[in-house]
Amino acid sequence: MEIEIDGKVAHVPDGSTIMDAAQQIGAYIPHFCYHKKLSIAANCRMCLVQVEKAPKPLPACATPVTNGMKVFTHSDLAIKAQKGVMEFLLINHPLDCPICDQGGECQLQDLAVGYGGGASRFQEAKRVVFHKDVGPLISMQEMARCIHCTRCVRFGQEVAGVMELGMANRNMHSEIMTFVGRSVDSELSGNMIDLCPVGALTSRPFRYAARSWELARRKSISPHDSLGANLSVQVKNNVVMRVLPRENEDVNECWIADRERFSYEALGSPARLTKPMIRVDGSLREVDWNIALDYVTHALKDIVGSSGGQALAGLASPHATLEEIYLLQKLVRALGSGNIDFRPRRRDFSSDGKLGGVPWLGLRLSEIKDLDAALVVGSFLRKDHPLFAQRLRQLAKKWGKVSLLSLGADDPLIKLHAQLSVSPAELPRALAAVVKAAAQLKGETVAAGLESIDPCAVSQAIARSLLDGEKRAIFLGNAAEQHPQAAQLHALAVELARITGASCGFIGEAANSVGGYVAKALPTALNAYEMFAQPRQAYVLLGVEPELDCHDPQQALSALREARLVVSLTPFKDGTVRDYADVLLPTAPFTETSGSFVNAEGRLQSFKGVVRPLGDARPGWKVLRVLGNLLDLPGFDYESSEQVRDEVAPAGEGFVSGLGNGLNGVALVLPATGAALQRIADVPIYQSDPLVRRAAALQRTTDAALPTARMNAETLATVGASDGASVRVKQCSGEAVLVARLDETVPVGCVRVAAAHRATAALGEMFGAINVERA
Amino acid sequence: MAILGAINPMLSVGLEGGDKAWRLADYVRRGGYAALRRILEEKLPQEYVINEVKKSVLRGRGGAGFPTGLKWSFMPRSFPGDKYVVCNSDEGEPGTFKDRDLLRYDPHSVIEGMAIAAFAMGATRGYNYIHGEIWEIYERFEEALDEARAAGFLGKDILGSGFSFELFAHHGYGAYICGEETALLESIEGKKGQPRFKPPFPASFGLYGKPTTINNTETFASIPYILNLGGEHFLEVGKANNGGTKLFSVSGHVNRPGNYEVPLGTPFVTLLEMAGGMRGGRKLKACIPGGSSSPVVPAATMMECTMDYDSISKAGSMLGSGAVIVMDETTCMVKALERLSFFYYEESCGQCTPCREGTNWLYKVVHRIEHGQGRGDDLDLLASITTNIMGRTICALGDAASMPVQSFVKHYGDEFAYHIEHKKCLVPVDVQRAGSGFFTATV
Repeated sequence: MEIEIDGKVAHVPDGSTIMDAAQQIGAYIPHFCYHKKLSIAANCRMCLVQVEKAPKPLPACATPVTNGMKVFTHSDLAIKAQKGVMEFLLINHPLDCPICDQGGECQLQDLAVGYGGGASRFQEAKRVVFHKDVGPLISMQEMARCIHCTRCVRFGQEVAGVMELGMANRNMHSEIMTFVGRSVDSELSGNMIDLCPVGALTSRPFRYAARSWELARRKSISPHDSLGANLSVQVKNNVVMRVLPRENEDVNECWIADRERFSYEALGSPARLTKPMIRVDGSLREVDWNIALDYVTHALKDIVGSSGGQALAGLASPHATLEEIYLLQKLVRALGSGNIDFRPRRRDFSSDGKLGGVPWLGLRLSEIKDLDAALVVGSFLRKDHPLFAQRLRQLAKKWGKVSLLSLGADDPLIKLHAQLSVSPAELPRALAAVVKAAAQLKGETVAAGLESIDPCAVSQAIARSLLDGEKRAIFLGNAAEQHPQAAQLHALAVELARITGASCGFIGEAANSVGGYVAKALPTALNAYEMFAQPRQAYVLLGVEPELDCHDPQQALSALREARLVVSLTPFKDGTVRDYADVLLPTAPFTETSGSFVNAEGRLQSFKGVVRPLGDARPGWKVLRVLGNLLDLPGFDYESSEQVRDEVAPAGEGFVSGLGNGLNGVALVLPATGAALQRIADVPIYQSDPLVRRAAALQRTTDAALPTARMNAETLATVGASDGASVRVKQCSGEAVLVARLDETVPVGCVRVAAAHRATAALGEMFGAINVERA
Repeated sequence: MAILGAINPMLSVGLEGGDKAWRLADYVRRGGYAALRRILEEKLPQEYVINEVKKSVLRGRGGAGFPTGLKWSFMPRSFPGDKYVVCNSDEGEPGTFKDRDLLRYDPHSVIEGMAIAAFAMGATRGYNYIHGEIWEIYERFEEALDEARAAGFLGKDILGSGFSFELFAHHGYGAYICGEETALLESIEGKKGQPRFKPPFPASFGLYGKPTTINNTETFASIPYILNLGGEHFLEVGKANNGGTKLFSVSGHVNRPGNYEVPLGTPFVTLLEMAGGMRGGRKLKACIPGGSSSPVVPAATMMECTMDYDSISKAGSMLGSGAVIVMDETTCMVKALERLSFFYYEESCGQCTPCREGTNWLYKVVHRIEHGQGRGDDLDLLASITTNIMGRTICALGDAASMPVQSFVKHYGDEFAYHIEHKKCLVPVDVQRAGSGFFTATV
């Protein structure tokens, strides 16, 4: 299609709109309701343009291009129409930009400069719209500013998958609101603030904290989930004031999850550790860096000297930077220990040493939209990976058949092809059933070990979807990686991928779940589970809070309490760490250090610090480098984090090499399922890492509610409890008193008790046996 | 109310008994369902039906006057899967009350018309969207549907022909905007009644995204007569390019307000006489010939008009839905416009900017003129607001709100100017009251 806009010719595919064509040639057409990622509403009428032979001005956002069309965006007719619309938008809009939180970054304000009049012809009283309370993240205090573009409504319906905001009433009394008394709880809700072209929806934590022109915009990368969302961190006076998405179509598109947007509140939390601390006479005392480092050096030398290197273990958080993880493993190994790991939440390590490469997503994120079918195994999809789930949601809306094999039937807000919800113990068998169904459908011999499996109709439907079409994918979620038979699940997924021709991969738990492998932080002796099961004398913890981050926090905590030396490199000083740590070294969170994350698709993204470290905190890589020097270890002479990174991933920016999800020598042995009551532990979205745990606004959301013991009616009756009753939940020697909740989505024989929360930190393994009795 | 008078009637034949002849048996006695039966039994082709409708030059009775046969031919008949015919009985235009009477006294003519339409366009399902404020008529239509289903005129394999058509009644809740065809479709789908942006038009993307044709109640009711009489004969009843008879809802300052069926092309004077002439023998001042959204026509022009699409259009207005609102010399035109503007402000769906904001602004300005608060430049302001609304909205409600304002100011500008200058009405208040018929004049 050929179209001429203001004399410039554009060639666009059939079905494009005038707006598409205008953007292609760089002609700007003013608009409010139009957004490239949302459906077309054509309700603001700001983009009216003149089209040759059309008697009326037409909305550029909704008018399809016809061949030879001639469009004038600045003709008299067009300008008159646009100015007319602007006048209408302004008559009821408060004209108090100087006291509006959106002032300075407001589309209405910007366009009013070009299209608004100098004085208003409207002299009546303006419309008054009542404010609404929709939760701790979005402020709807000034709804009189709303121009009814419905971007927020469409975002909810189309991107977040749930319509939490709607436009009620009619005529000039139309207003955006939630259903009576409801709040906006979507894990992507903050994007509505960005979408709002005026000051109606604003960020509640950021409100009136700064003006947009006072803020320096600095690039960064999200330290939370494995997607590696690109961030624009906005800074004033060396303080992070807010975080906005930085567009990267291949990674986060133009969105970020609320976790990424609001976790910055933790950066200025009073819990920040700003000076090194050492335990003296039983209590932690602030000391200078040289004293603390001296203490650590001597203590480490002493223990390694007297008990050998294996007395030491190092555990890094998968949210730490590539450079930090690499230096920690280098330090621990140089001290003669093979006890190093970065996967604290993992239980089954039997695939270590049998991997064909660095486990990753199996395909690029940008390829998800072209899939014909996808199967996600063991994931609390929306809460584990909000934006990854969003991509699958868009896929399912188009043509892709998305299926879930999950523990509990949380609504993923995705139009699913099929869903099978099973207990953790049955998960391998459920996946095996899909493998067998696929083999049978394809007429292949069924792999050894699967003889006893009898595929049900749902497994067959899933298998069939994976056999049809060009591109298909199998994704193993967090629960599949944390599962006691993770290697079996991996092997089954590989087998399913082989039969169906689908790709197979891991969504990955954290920002550096792939990076940890790249940094070679894999154990050669004790892994993340064993290093606590067989207590060591000394531990070096990097950004990890074992009481919340480990698969079995009970066991981890008891080992740490018994240890002679616990050194914690952490940005925070609150919590259980005060009970067991002997040394706290203040390290910088992602905004205060340079570093790199390798996301699920293997994309290496380096970033710089956006502010100076708070107090005496220092970047983790510098602390580890100096420790290496003080311990007289060779190869710790780095001048910059880039130097460290280049040693790990010589390719520098781009994609890391050595990715592969193959698995050799893991025989399929399906475990027997027991009759004991079993725990299903999800990691609540706002408990997933130390930063979000301390983000004040996120902690006030519905998703941050206290964990409960959720069971279906049958299980509830078996344990003799009722909905709302207090129950005592026990694992090994630990217990917690929780409220029992009826939840029919929990499989029979299971109790869903969230992990990673203080209230459940005393409990044991995430998917272990559990005992529930009335409290 | 009933259908109070007729010239060469078709639709109202046999309805003299008012409420007593609406049942299936009565309708069949009047020759009802013969057209449907003939089409199905003689296996007439779809093209035949559409051609007859085209020949009749039946123009849409809902207001726009679009030729029905042409509209039907837009329907992609070979499209696989469900297609829909929808009857628009959301009669919300102030002054219009003809569809209500049709559904009350002759629901089966609508059912038969819809079944024929469905046959002609290959539709499998139909909905009759009935205005929410006429509940008893919705209930009657449901009863009529039951009768038609029981008699085999609806449902699977109608009259053994292999043609199947399911028809359902659906009631709204009284929003005027749901009479806009795409808002009506949204409403049937269970969503908020807001017009859709067009294109795509309902013929390609209508109800539930399927090809859909929407016609007015009276349009459907005319279909059996076209098939029975033949398209050409139907055309001859009216005048060239304006086929058939039409129901006119005459209201306002006449002695016998009500529905009248006359052939298109009947002089306005005749219609006025049928309605008993002007109340109290007063002089005609103005007439809104096609429902409240059509421009007002001054008496002198109106008395020359014939009641058909072309003549009224020449007079600068629209035949619209055939709602003839008669105003005599006791009418204050500012007050009349204030009421109309309030209606359009109140009924704007609020979706798109010019209409949401503009209709309220129009009302506020007219309101302040009426209440002695007008300003010198208010008439220019009104003109400017209406130009900024017209042609810039998603649906026609913005235009509908603007046209009365423009025409009232154009024809009765002096009355508005008087209001602004003297802060009172040109027509004394007690004269207005006397004209209303509810008060006695004291002067």
